[in-house]
Amino acid sequence: MDENILITMRDISKSFPGVKALDHAQFTLRKGEIHALMGENGAGKSTLIKVLTGVYSLDAGEIHVAGVDGPVINHSTLEAQEKGIATVYQEVNLCPNLTVAENLFIGREPKTPIGTIDWRTMNKKAKEIVDGLELKIDVTIALENYSLAIQQMIAIARAVDMDCKVLILDEPTSSLDDNEVEKLFKVMRDLKAKGVGIIFVTHFLEQVYEVCDTITVLRNGEFAGEYSVEEMPRVKLVAAMLGKDFDDLASIKKEGASHVSDDVVVDATNLSHKGTIKPFDFQIKKGEVVGVTGLLGSGRSEMVRCIYGADKAQTGELKVNGKKLNIKEPLDAIKAGMGYLPDDRKADGCIGDLSVRENIILALQAKNGMFKKIPASKQNEIADKFIDMLQIKTASRETPINQLSGGNQQKVILARWLCTHPDFLILDEPTRGIDIGTKTEFQKLALKFAEEDGMSIVFISSEIEEMLRTCTRMYVMRDGAQVGEISGEMTQESVMAAIAGGGE
Amino acid sequence: MMENFKKLAKKPLFLPIFCMILVLLINVIKSPDFFAIKINNGVLFGRIIDILNRGSEIAILAVGQTLVVAVSAGTDISVGSVMSLSACGCCMLLAGYGNNSVSTLAVPMVVGMLFGVFMGGLSGAMNGALVAKLKIQPMVATLILFTAGRAIGLLLCNNQITYIRYEPYKYLGNFLPGCPIPTPVFVAIIVIAVVSILLKKTALGLYIQSVGINSRAARISGINSEVICFICYVICGICAGIAGIVASSRIYSADSNNIGLTFELDAILAVALGGNSLGGGKFNLAGSIIGAYTIQAITTTLLAMGVSTDKAPVFKAIIVIIIVVVQAPAFKAYMAARRAQKASVKEAA
Repeated sequence: MDENILITMRDISKSFPGVKALDHAQFTLRKGEIHALMGENGAGKSTLIKVLTGVYSLDAGEIHVAGVDGPVINHSTLEAQEKGIATVYQEVNLCPNLTVAENLFIGREPKTPIGTIDWRTMNKKAKEIVDGLELKIDVTIALENYSLAIQQMIAIARAVDMDCKVLILDEPTSSLDDNEVEKLFKVMRDLKAKGVGIIFVTHFLEQVYEVCDTITVLRNGEFAGEYSVEEMPRVKLVAAMLGKDFDDLASIKKEGASHVSDDVVVDATNLSHKGTIKPFDFQIKKGEVVGVTGLLGSGRSEMVRCIYGADKAQTGELKVNGKKLNIKEPLDAIKAGMGYLPDDRKADGCIGDLSVRENIILALQAKNGMFKKIPASKQNEIADKFIDMLQIKTASRETPINQLSGGNQQKVILARWLCTHPDFLILDEPTRGIDIGTKTEFQKLALKFAEEDGMSIVFISSEIEEMLRTCTRMYVMRDGAQVGEISGEMTQESVMAAIAGGGE
Repeated sequence: MMENFKKLAKKPLFLPIFCMILVLLINVIKSPDFFAIKINNGVLFGRIIDILNRGSEIAILAVGQTLVVAVSAGTDISVGSVMSLSACGCCMLLAGYGNNSVSTLAVPMVVGMLFGVFMGGLSGAMNGALVAKLKIQPMVATLILFTAGRAIGLLLCNNQITYIRYEPYKYLGNFLPGCPIPTPVFVAIIVIAVVSILLKKTALGLYIQSVGINSRAARISGINSEVICFICYVICGICAGIAGIVASSRIYSADSNNIGLTFELDAILAVALGGNSLGGGKFNLAGSIIGAYTIQAITTTLLAMGVSTDKAPVFKAIIVIIIVVVQAPAFKAYMAARRAQKASVKEAA
């Protein structure tokens, strides 16, 4: 094996019941390299990493690790760690109630001669590690006192201090802000200089170009190619991930508001919910796509939840198609022709153990009422129709939804609402955490529904570009209140200025 | 052959049925006349009949308990006390308050029995309101009636055992004239059939599972989680009420201190033995019912083998441990890993 190579994975295959997650996948990691592992949701990134770290067993293929003769099969993450492979997951897997030092040394605490824990040495060593990362924190207080970013850093520091040769970062940046990401990148570059090989899994293209050297792309579980970052323009990378000539994002462009009629579908005045959203007005016309923008926690979701009745409105008046309506619970909203795709897919969307079919027909069943059960044949028909229409990747309609990848789960929830034929559909962060291909699909779908079916759609997203592409008008939120409305010629700058406010 | 067996082993009802067969097999080996059924005085006698007869109350309770576990990831521990309460309510009405032994009824028998079932439903409604509306933990909420139920029953019966020495009152818990099969078996069949039809013909089953797995998401999708949870507790209470009347009819009296004693544990165990997760969500009614009869089979077997009533729980516990361990996902995974290892060793050789 080449001196420089830390890990080679050859022809790795792994199947789950009904799905081939990996099919002859290849991966090579060299010393002092930051290697991005990219692909759409369900392309097999996580599976590849889990095979490498021993979470899953592999069906076929070989893994070679530098310093170990012969093929390696890890049976547990502990075994992988002993071979110098450390992993930091998206969700921090430390103990928030223990101190920073304890977290750093858990399981390998320095001992005094009589076998008790040598706290002084431990805290001293912990301080050295933390200083090395230029973090100004107290190692003797509980981890939960620090931000997620610092916790993430501690997780990395712990991995690094265990003398790892290979560090796997599985979407570490999805919960970090820009400053924190910068700090993380600095640590990554330092490690790279020390010769550690880093596998970096992320959805953010910008970050790949900022920090990575090499990119391996997986597509449908297969190896699509290994590229060096310099030789790979963005468009080509996206094309490689999608496996087709990339339909330029710019081609999704609203064609004026010609299909928007003058009928007001939803008209809210002075709605509010104590503690979450101050009184606001809202109006949407038939066939219109309206955005709600603002920083995270500015009241975007809270506003639409109040309209939908997920949080019952305590003041104000709501008219749907001109008729006054008192929404006490979501079912009332559904009956009035509303649908709400929530931003927290896991907590508010998916019914985990139930099948794709059951998840799809759930809202329609609720709309029809408990005593009008949808016949089994009809359920199958509906499920098959939407699996086909939205191209949901699932082994069958009876597969539990929690076995699907994030983007496909989101499509199932979308199908749940589409089959109720809503007049007014709220999409709250429909594209968060899903790959770029599916993102584009969602944007196109939203526009298509508005245009062809005359659906009124609220589109909420943290990505301003996405909203510029889909919305004709935006409500601006700040600190739990509606602060304005923008329309006409909108640009990224004008929207950001509106969000930031200033001058007031 | 092995392939077929493996496929069979994957079915959700495999383990409950397997456990049931195992218990029956042990019986057959120990006493070959286990399955023998005789006719005495025009009614059927035999161990199997005994199990079906005595297991009926547990089966009825298990039906309600399954729904409660599925919807709220908790258990209703008051069912045994509610049985006693409903029996006392029924007998108090039939005998007239204060009378402890009557041979003529104060009100028509059906009215008394319906009142008993109504008491069960009322208890269920109270439990349901506490759990669904006030979000009290199921075990704590039902602990209230677990402790108070029997005492209320005793108050209703004026602190004595009320006997109903009226021949037709015994029918429900024993035999109908001219029918060789014990009546509780029919009662259990009717309860199971009604609930099964309810689950099959309406979307209640889907709603219960949705609420049990993710009540927030179920609510957003238009399901009134609180109402569904409440309904499950009411059904559970009604089941306990029916079981209470059957138990009371068996002994044609309301023995507040002994009717349904520790039955809540058997009911919960039946749900677990049926392969249902006590963490809520997906459920399998048939599994719970098989579980209920398995428990009764174990009890009957032990008594038939001459294990005294006070020592029987020890053996029962051992058998239950084995059954529960065999069904545990961790154990299944361990066995699968061992099989895979053996297979790979064979391949290498």
